[in-house]
Amino acid sequence: MKSSSLSLGKGSFKDRFYGWVQGINFWSVVTLVVFVLFALFLVYPLFKLLISGFKDTETGAWTLENFRTFFGKKYYTNAIWHSLAIGVGVTLITVVLGTLLAYILTFYEIKGKKVLQVLIIFSMMSPSFIGAYSWVILLGRSGIVTQFFADKMGVSLPTIYGLGGIILVLVLKMYSNIYLYVSGAMKKIDTSLLEASRSLGCSPVKNVVKMIVPLVLPTILAAALMVFMTSIADFGTAMLIGEGYRVLPVLIYRAFMGENGSDANFAAAIALVMVTLTACLYFLQKFIINRKSFRMRSVKRIVPKKIIGVKGVLAYVYSYLLVGISVIPQFTVIYTAFLKTKGTRFLSSFSLESFSKMKSTIIKSAAHTYTYGIVAIVLIVIIAVFVAYLSVRKRNALTSTLDIVTVFPYIISGSILGIMLLLCFNKKPLVLSGTAAIIIIAFIIRRLPHTLRSSVAILYQISPNTEEAAISLGSSPQKAFFKVTFRLMLSGVLTGAILSWVTVINELSASLILYTGRTKTLSVAVYEQVTRGNYGNAAAIASVLMLSTAISMIVFLVSTRKKEFSL
Amino acid sequence: MSKDIIIEHAVKRYGNLTIIPDLSAQIRNSELFTLLGPSGCGKTTLLRMIAGFNSIEGGTISFSGQVINKIPAHKRNIGMVFQDYAIFPHLTVEQNIRYGLKEHKVPKPEADARVESIMKLTKIDIYRDRLPENLSGGQQQRVALARAIAIHPDVLLMDEPLCNLDAKLRVEMRGVIRDIQKEIGITTVYVTHDQEEALAISDRIAVMNRGEIQQIASPHTIYTRPYNLFVADFIGHSGFAYAQLKGKGPVRTLDFGNGYSVEMDNIKADAPEGRVIVGIRPEEFCVSKDPSRGFKSHISKSTYLGKYVIYFVDIKGVECPKGEDDAEDVFEISQDLGTATSLLKVGDDVSFEVYPHKINVFDAASGVSLIEGTSHEE
Repeated sequence: MKSSSLSLGKGSFKDRFYGWVQGINFWSVVTLVVFVLFALFLVYPLFKLLISGFKDTETGAWTLENFRTFFGKKYYTNAIWHSLAIGVGVTLITVVLGTLLAYILTFYEIKGKKVLQVLIIFSMMSPSFIGAYSWVILLGRSGIVTQFFADKMGVSLPTIYGLGGIILVLVLKMYSNIYLYVSGAMKKIDTSLLEASRSLGCSPVKNVVKMIVPLVLPTILAAALMVFMTSIADFGTAMLIGEGYRVLPVLIYRAFMGENGSDANFAAAIALVMVTLTACLYFLQKFIINRKSFRMRSVKRIVPKKIIGVKGVLAYVYSYLLVGISVIPQFTVIYTAFLKTKGTRFLSSFSLESFSKMKSTIIKSAAHTYTYGIVAIVLIVIIAVFVAYLSVRKRNALTSTLDIVTVFPYIISGSILGIMLLLCFNKKPLVLSGTAAIIIIAFIIRRLPHTLRSSVAILYQISPNTEEAAISLGSSPQKAFFKVTFRLMLSGVLTGAILSWVTVINELSASLILYTGRTKTLSVAVYEQVTRGNYGNAAAIASVLMLSTAISMIVFLVSTRKKEFSL
Repeated sequence: MSKDIIIEHAVKRYGNLTIIPDLSAQIRNSELFTLLGPSGCGKTTLLRMIAGFNSIEGGTISFSGQVINKIPAHKRNIGMVFQDYAIFPHLTVEQNIRYGLKEHKVPKPEADARVESIMKLTKIDIYRDRLPENLSGGQQQRVALARAIAIHPDVLLMDEPLCNLDAKLRVEMRGVIRDIQKEIGITTVYVTHDQEEALAISDRIAVMNRGEIQQIASPHTIYTRPYNLFVADFIGHSGFAYAQLKGKGPVRTLDFGNGYSVEMDNIKADAPEGRVIVGIRPEEFCVSKDPSRGFKSHISKSTYLGKYVIYFVDIKGVECPKGEDDAEDVFEISQDLGTATSLLKVGDDVSFEVYPHKINVFDAASGVSLIEGTSHEE
């Protein structure tokens, strides 16, 4: 007792050592595993990409030649401007369309709102390239609608190919993202805020400008960033209807897959240009958004008002027209799947011919989509829960670097990720190219953020005390985590997991680089048929994919007893 | 079962930031020991060190002689009640209480018996099958308490358990906690920033500031004989004035320098002559019978509180230490309406005297009490 201060120096070293040994517990192991995966599948591939961009394909020597080639030709540099034009165009239009729709559906009583909401989700439920090829079927050179106008009316419609078409397809695909985010935020606005503003002399119109817009602005900006990043990374749409309108993902894909022989290092160099561009834009926008963020908690929810007169008619026409147009591709796919075909043309009679022709492809690729998808989603949930826990509850300098996991897929598009993985894992010691594993890894990296974000969000709502209470009652830390925290996280985790799942089974751009004949998934099979011009076959496979997505959503909504779907 | 807790030279550091530099305390078996202090004083940190949720960077903490520094939290056999109750929201009331019994592998018949008796004791047996979301704050608090004591812990730790309840329920629940603690006789460490709660509930209180214990004593001693200026200022409303301590021997003179002085016979013998700070509580003043004696004062404001009235008065010619918060020269004086014959009015000029046996005198430099018999720990 008396000597305790004397032995303090010696004791503290022993204490520290003992504490360190004891510190090797469950969470240290989890941290270690997470960081090994992190280093192996994110950091190392990124590093490899960086190196590859500066090497010569033939000799392997260090060179700047790849960049000189890229920046030396208008053919290549134009793609930067094209990509940006798509990003800006799509973002601006979707923000206007989506926000207006969210406003109408949140603040006014619109009949058939539930139907509209279901259709909006329906419109999201397929990869955007399926939208692209549907529009080609309808409005392409020999499209159904184009033909109709040309034959019956002698009118030639404007072309679908090029910038306009890409923007059309992506806007109709992604306005729903803005809608879901913004209507989520609008629902959180407290009526009292609007009443307070009215009582202080704001007119209803001014209320929209001065209260509602600023309150949802952070959400709009965040959603806009997502739309922007997704649209410039989109590969399938640009590939199918871009034609001469070259964008960066297409250039990367072409350089890598090589019509005139593969040039992986040149592809890596273009990828680096794109990654630099997206990273700069991402952090710039993040900086702006972070300075404007605040939290809202609604006590009195907004009650939708009746809408009448001209305003009412406009609101109805607007919402039904927008939603209606956006689901045309889905119905086109289902409809054409059941049409008889002759070569690449559709005949007017119905048959199951496309399905029977594609039967073995459908069965095989569906099996792949499901097995890879299930393995990926299970791993996504496990990794997301652990990473969320580490970055929220065990936050330190080390674990806060895990945040990059959420940023990574934003900045690295699917095709670039595919190339990175191939560059790293196509030779010993770890050969993964051509395997299912490499596709699953790509799925996990690309779709982890949805689940991770929802896991982090739910974790913030669970008091750390709940877990400590379990520990104080005698549970070991890991048991307390599984019995209490994990159990409480589950509902929130699943909300994100369903989004991960739906986007996993629809993943195209990374799979397209990583697949082989033995690992073809549904979305790759659709793409393959489209590029061969077999639109009927493509439609048959695509409708199976859409059905899978729809069933997943329904199962999710029913099992969680959720009334609506929100992001 | 219940154990005492000895804390010796405990140190808590986060990186370079030292929260608790060197803290020692002895918590007796079966007592309700309160850690009281302003937010950020380290009281919750210390509680969590005892619980095992915070590491201990130096010194030792032991339960009845057994050093627990290296024992992980789940093996310390503690019961803990949290500020936000931390009831498991996915389990019913009964399942919440059973949770710890299962973890401790208590045989079923005994577990059943314990659950029954504890639910009766805490009066929650009628809610046994409810989920926590269907319980009020007070009921949740009872569940949290029942869950913690069901495992028959060696010590019970409570981290501001009442601060989320409304004022009336807080008073009711502190009675409940006090009664149950006495009934089962378990050593309890109770953290609060609410001095009234601490005074009402505790056997002994440790007043903390900046990671150091300022005084450990019974509520009565803490209130009437604060060991230093911090405790005097933190507990209750004390007014402070400079004075000169004069003379030697058993009776000393306290000269306020404005013509008023009092004789003191309870000053420590070794207290030197010179400048001191006098702490006077509102109830330690009385109106002078002879207006020529006492502090010449002007009443600037009054607040009527039913049982008594608080007057805010300017005392002429006293020098006050510059406090951090209060307006410097205003003293609070209370008048008990049970005995008062007449009320004073705002604007009145009145003379007040102090009760020499009640006021506290502190060394101006060190802030430590100069009253005989005061000690840091009792």
